[in-house]
Amino acid sequence: MEAITSIWFILALCFELIATAGFIVYIIKQQKWVFTTSYWLLAAGFLFHTIFLGFRYYSLGAAPVLDLKSALSFFSWSIIGVYLVIQARFKLRVLGSFVAPLAAFFMTISSAVPGTQTPVKPIFKSLWLTFHVGTVFVGNALLAISCLAAIMYLIQERQIKRKRFDTFYGRLPSLATLDNINYYSILYGFPFLTLGMIVGSIYAHFALGIYWQWDPKEVWSLICWLFYAALIHERLVMGWQGRKAAIMSIVCFSFLIFTFLGVSLLMGGYHSFGNMGGR
Amino acid sequence: MPKIINIGMNHETAPVALRECLAVESQNVQKALGLMRNLDVVREGFFLSTCNRVEALIVANEVQEAKQAVVSLLGKMGNIPVNEFSACLYTYENMDAVTHIFSVASSLDSMVIGEPQILGQIKDAYLEATREKMSGVILNRLMHKAFHVAKRVRSETDICGAAVSISYAAVELARKIFHDLEGKRVLLIGAGEMAELAARHLLTNGVSAMTVLNRTFERAVEVAEKFGASPVSFEEIEDQLLKADIVVSSTASTEFVITRDMVKKVLKKRRNRPLFLIDIAVPRDIQPEVNKLNNVYLYDIDDLKGVIEINKAQRQEEAVKAQRIVSEEVVKFEKWLKTLSVVPTIVSLRSKAEAIVQAEFGKSRSALDQLSPPQREAVEVLVRSIVEKMLNDPILFLKGKAGRSTLNDYLDTTRKLFSLDEGDESNPAKIIPVNKSF
Repeated sequence: MEAITSIWFILALCFELIATAGFIVYIIKQQKWVFTTSYWLLAAGFLFHTIFLGFRYYSLGAAPVLDLKSALSFFSWSIIGVYLVIQARFKLRVLGSFVAPLAAFFMTISSAVPGTQTPVKPIFKSLWLTFHVGTVFVGNALLAISCLAAIMYLIQERQIKRKRFDTFYGRLPSLATLDNINYYSILYGFPFLTLGMIVGSIYAHFALGIYWQWDPKEVWSLICWLFYAALIHERLVMGWQGRKAAIMSIVCFSFLIFTFLGVSLLMGGYHSFGNMGGR
Repeated sequence: MPKIINIGMNHETAPVALRECLAVESQNVQKALGLMRNLDVVREGFFLSTCNRVEALIVANEVQEAKQAVVSLLGKMGNIPVNEFSACLYTYENMDAVTHIFSVASSLDSMVIGEPQILGQIKDAYLEATREKMSGVILNRLMHKAFHVAKRVRSETDICGAAVSISYAAVELARKIFHDLEGKRVLLIGAGEMAELAARHLLTNGVSAMTVLNRTFERAVEVAEKFGASPVSFEEIEDQLLKADIVVSSTASTEFVITRDMVKKVLKKRRNRPLFLIDIAVPRDIQPEVNKLNNVYLYDIDDLKGVIEINKAQRQEEAVKAQRIVSEEVVKFEKWLKTLSVVPTIVSLRSKAEAIVQAEFGKSRSALDQLSPPQREAVEVLVRSIVEKMLNDPILFLKGKAGRSTLNDYLDTTRKLFSLDEGDESNPAKIIPVNKSF
């Protein structure tokens, strides 16, 4: 069982890495077939990844997110899944060249981190956990893509402002397109994040008897939530767009990453990987 | 075997004064073709005359004579003695001529590589040649191939990709900022040829509304009428800056017309909508510091020229790819040209007939297998002699035309009639199955 599961993991990792290489070749060479091939390789990697997660879910009896290794792989999976949906909608080929490396990066780290073998605590064998983690990660993945779009925006804006064009200029889309992707992925990602936090607190009420207990992860999630809320407010009410919004969404996402990884690894609390798996 | 000869001059080989002599008259293509028709050595002729080049493309048997005749024709047309311009001429023969005309059609030989006008000019010149009945089998094929090559170059390389004129560069930048120009508003300040050209390009690229602003309101009205735009007076400048997405400025003012403070003031009210300012004026109309404001992009004339320089270099790189396409097509054309003589045509006619016979025998194999060997042989003899008899007259006819000036036409007709150029996109050759249930 373990052996089969790890084969799917390795397959997913390999396909995602090859797809990433393809996407990088695409951004240099600009040939459509390179993109198409990379896209389907990534989709295949996603499929293997899904099978892997299915096996893991089955064998653990809980969502496979309880240690750093699993959480990273799950995050990578969500990013790819969200990307595949967005790509079908926006048809913006260059996006893959930014998303795939990020997803592959998390996946590679996941493969390098040792997994824990401790048995799963009964409170995690709950559909609430799946729902909580599922919504939060879809939200995180969308916000990751908004951050990538913001980075692309800043690269492109810098070229237009400075009037010095390098190879990226022709390969990146217009500022308006990038700003739109940034905006909409936050607009859709934020409700998922919100929903995930609400579900989490209901879950905590059932499992621990308390909705909110100022656990470090809870506090940092709230900070992130407030930052994103402020960004959306500025966009809608003050008409923020372009550079400021891009920088802000990168700042917001770095808080989010810190909440996801930093808090779980460094700050303890019942969300930390140490307490969840009991290393 | 007739030869393809190309004699001409372009912007590189001849000074403009000389090209002018030959190109000024609008009727000169017809005139040249008329003069060519009177030359016995010229079998087919094509004449192209644009502001950057004069080209004569002919098909002739006697190369030296034909060359001299065409050169003196050029002299006659421009009213200049031959020795004054013969040094500026280039002459290409056969495949070199084919390569040259393919390159010209693909805009590889143009002053601005990749400019799109030349193909249209060649098409017009070719139309003229067909109208004057100076284009025959070889030139027809050659010119159609040239159009085909130009099309391939345009779709397979990025040679026409990046803008190389100020106004196109402005449109391209606007697209990189706004993505879609539809629904965007342009403010045109002042007037001037280049500004109006830029405005026109923006309008044809989807900009929905335009406002014209000028120090003198009458002038604004005048310019606005040209574009179907609305004129406004100079005092409304701040109000207009609020509404506009793209500003094109070109006034004779010695002071800044738009200052940083002015733009900064409207930015908040614009709710950070991006603003693209194009300053074509010298001295400049817009304070350069405006570019430092958020979501505001200012390009002056030098910036735009810089963009163009980069794009030109990029086209040069694409031209290398295009040359590969040209050489590919030249090889194909050479192959076709070689089939255009009596013996290869007869050979392909026979082999086509043989292929049909074989195919039909194959289809009827089961029925034929029931016959005795002598009967089968009789059927085969019968079929073959019918085919032989059918082909005998066309073959005799073609042999009889060998050496005549009309030979190429007959060869071409034969090849088309029997679809001998199989696998060629212009002759979709298919053996149509005979309907046996009659």
